[in-house]
Amino acid sequence: MEWYLPVIWAGLIGTAVAMYVILDGFDLGVGILFPFARSESERDQMMASVAPFWDGNETWLILGGGGLFVAFPLAYSVIMPALYLPVIVMLLALVFRGVAFEFRTVSRSKTWLNFAFAIGSGLAAFAQGVILGGLIQGIKVADGAYAGGALDWATPFAFLSGLSMIFGYSLLGATWLTLKTEGPVAERARGQAKVMLVAVLLFMGAVSVWTPFAEPRIAARWFSLPNFYFLWPVPAVTALTAFACWRWIGQRREAPPFLAAIVLFLLGYLGLVISNFPYLVPPTLTIWDTAAAPASQIFMLLGTLVLLPMILGYVAFVYWLFRGKVREGESYH
Amino acid sequence: MDFDPVLLARLQFAFTVTFHIIFPTFTIGLSAYIATLGVMWVRSGEERYHQLMRFWTRIFAVSFAMGVVSGLVLSYEFGTNWSRFSLVVGNVVGPLIGYEVLTAFFLEATFLGVLLFGFNRVPPWLYVLSGAIVAVGTAMSAFWILSANSWMQSPAGYELKNGIAYPTDWLAVIFNPTFPYRFAHMLNAAYLTTGFVVLAVGARFLLAGRHIEAGRTMLRMAIGLTAVLAPLQLVIGDQHGLDTLKYQPIKIAAIEAHWDGSKPGAFHIFAWPDEKTETNRYALSIPNGSSLILTHRLNGLFPGLKSVPASERPPVPLVFFAFRIMVGLGLLMIAGALYGAFLWWRGSLFETRWYLQIVAQCWWVGFVAVMAGWITTESGRQPWIVEKILRTADATSPVIGASIAVTLVLFVLAYGVVFSFGIYYINRLINRGPESPSETPRHLAGAPITAGGGLH
Repeated sequence: MEWYLPVIWAGLIGTAVAMYVILDGFDLGVGILFPFARSESERDQMMASVAPFWDGNETWLILGGGGLFVAFPLAYSVIMPALYLPVIVMLLALVFRGVAFEFRTVSRSKTWLNFAFAIGSGLAAFAQGVILGGLIQGIKVADGAYAGGALDWATPFAFLSGLSMIFGYSLLGATWLTLKTEGPVAERARGQAKVMLVAVLLFMGAVSVWTPFAEPRIAARWFSLPNFYFLWPVPAVTALTAFACWRWIGQRREAPPFLAAIVLFLLGYLGLVISNFPYLVPPTLTIWDTAAAPASQIFMLLGTLVLLPMILGYVAFVYWLFRGKVREGESYH
Repeated sequence: MDFDPVLLARLQFAFTVTFHIIFPTFTIGLSAYIATLGVMWVRSGEERYHQLMRFWTRIFAVSFAMGVVSGLVLSYEFGTNWSRFSLVVGNVVGPLIGYEVLTAFFLEATFLGVLLFGFNRVPPWLYVLSGAIVAVGTAMSAFWILSANSWMQSPAGYELKNGIAYPTDWLAVIFNPTFPYRFAHMLNAAYLTTGFVVLAVGARFLLAGRHIEAGRTMLRMAIGLTAVLAPLQLVIGDQHGLDTLKYQPIKIAAIEAHWDGSKPGAFHIFAWPDEKTETNRYALSIPNGSSLILTHRLNGLFPGLKSVPASERPPVPLVFFAFRIMVGLGLLMIAGALYGAFLWWRGSLFETRWYLQIVAQCWWVGFVAVMAGWITTESGRQPWIVEKILRTADATSPVIGASIAVTLVLFVLAYGVVFSFGIYYINRLINRGPESPSETPRHLAGAPITAGGGLH
């Protein structure tokens, strides 16, 4: 089999997941911060800052899951049953927060929909963290199928990972709000961003200590020589970025804190990739074990090479179109 | 506790997919209607088309959101509930779904943002173009998912190695034998269903004596569309049936409740197919009717259910009745649309109250026909999930019944709440009606982008 095809596909799906985490991350984060708003008009402002984008943002999740189905059907058919309950909970949470966007504009009483939006966003973030944690801690495989029980994923590490995701998305959401809003909403978001930044660093630290202890293969990856010489910049750059993010929030800069939060996410993501590559289903199945037939991967790759740049182009256009601040009182369509 | 995982997985998929199909059916049709209104507005400069465009766009937004979130669920259920299916045919079906995401989902979702919120930020032509792009996106989505579904009904362009399907000819996979008919049938169904919703809303406005001009515009457009598409659907459906006879004869035998293939088939207007005795009870039939439809000869023969063992047959009563519901509603739609066209020609469409009163209540007919049609074709394929390649019972995930039972209950509760509120809010938007011209914002092309605030 062509050894490079699964590598390209792993890169593409990795990109889709990163796009998802960052883009839907900030709009889920805005949802998580919803209960802290003081008035309906503040909440309108928060929602208006993400309303034109959320639908497109969520599509990256379909591409991530669909991409796995297309390029690594075996991994898809092992991971989904293994993480059955958190996946379904995530989907249901996304149902509620997704319809809340549209229902809220029509409804006279907004209380329940605010609740659905906030809880749905938080629960989706938590479930995604649990899914990630469940994957990292390893999935039991026998004869090319999931061989564990219904609740194997439910470990303290998975719950820690779930909590990390809530704080991580909140950081993205808070820095997005400082970029896109003005007045009290932006002011409060600045304070929230600082709290979330500290929390995210603590959680990143906890995961970075926990995983090498729990998984010897991860310890060997990072701390054996010469790997360590190449890998130490990852935590170093993470620390620098966090410091810069803190400073920029304090200096009331607008775009830089959000960009720094994105870089922090990408660094954390890079750390996880370094820990686990080339496993797609740790600790047994690699990207080569699970790859689809080369004919399928090539057929899909040809289309992706044409279509993905077009998608990135028009997505960028729409973000550019809705640039600038959302104003208080500027309502939903 | 002891749950049958296969049965539960089937119930869960049937429930979530039946709920889902309502929304794409409506949004495929409605986005095309919105784009049409937009083009008419830009070309004629008449404000009434613009108001109607905005009115339907708000309803579209609510429906589309429900379609997106319920569709997201389905894209993951292939893995959570049908992992053996994903493994066995993932090489072939996977890329079709992948192309749906890349050519349709991003397009729809991204340009919907412009359609909903971009009015003050883009020139009119780009605003209308965004609507057209959304409409094209929804139709593209139908193209790919119908291709994937048709491949499961009439697989082509593949080879089996060690029980796994591998693609050999992508054009044969995409344009598999039943795909063109199924795609035409579904796309036409979406436009027809939406036509009847628009017809019902227009009739409601006229009966209530409000938004008269908008109501008349909707009525004219809906009658013009459905009077063509409803009869056309009969022709497409007939061709689709002949094609199915070639590739899935047992499905046709179940539709017709035709047990004995050595005799010509009657068309049963009503019957109770009895699977135990392999006969029909209480049959009200047109002798040789099915033979005439399917072979175009009175004494033509086609395979009967008894030609295969009972274990190879679909659930006959379900397929039989679902088909009759679909066809019955289809005939009603033809009658309603043609009579409306007749009234229009006579010049009394807007004054014939009894007609308006009936069509005002009939917004749901298309949706039920679509659901019944899908139940016919999906149940009719059983016991296969992929015809002659993989049985439904062999396609499930290694997930215990209890997990599926719990999530099934959660889906029923969640969708019940979401659906009830969705219908309630859509109804409220319809009652609110289009804005009067004074409320409609003037277009602000060239003005500062933050000027004017929101759109309403």
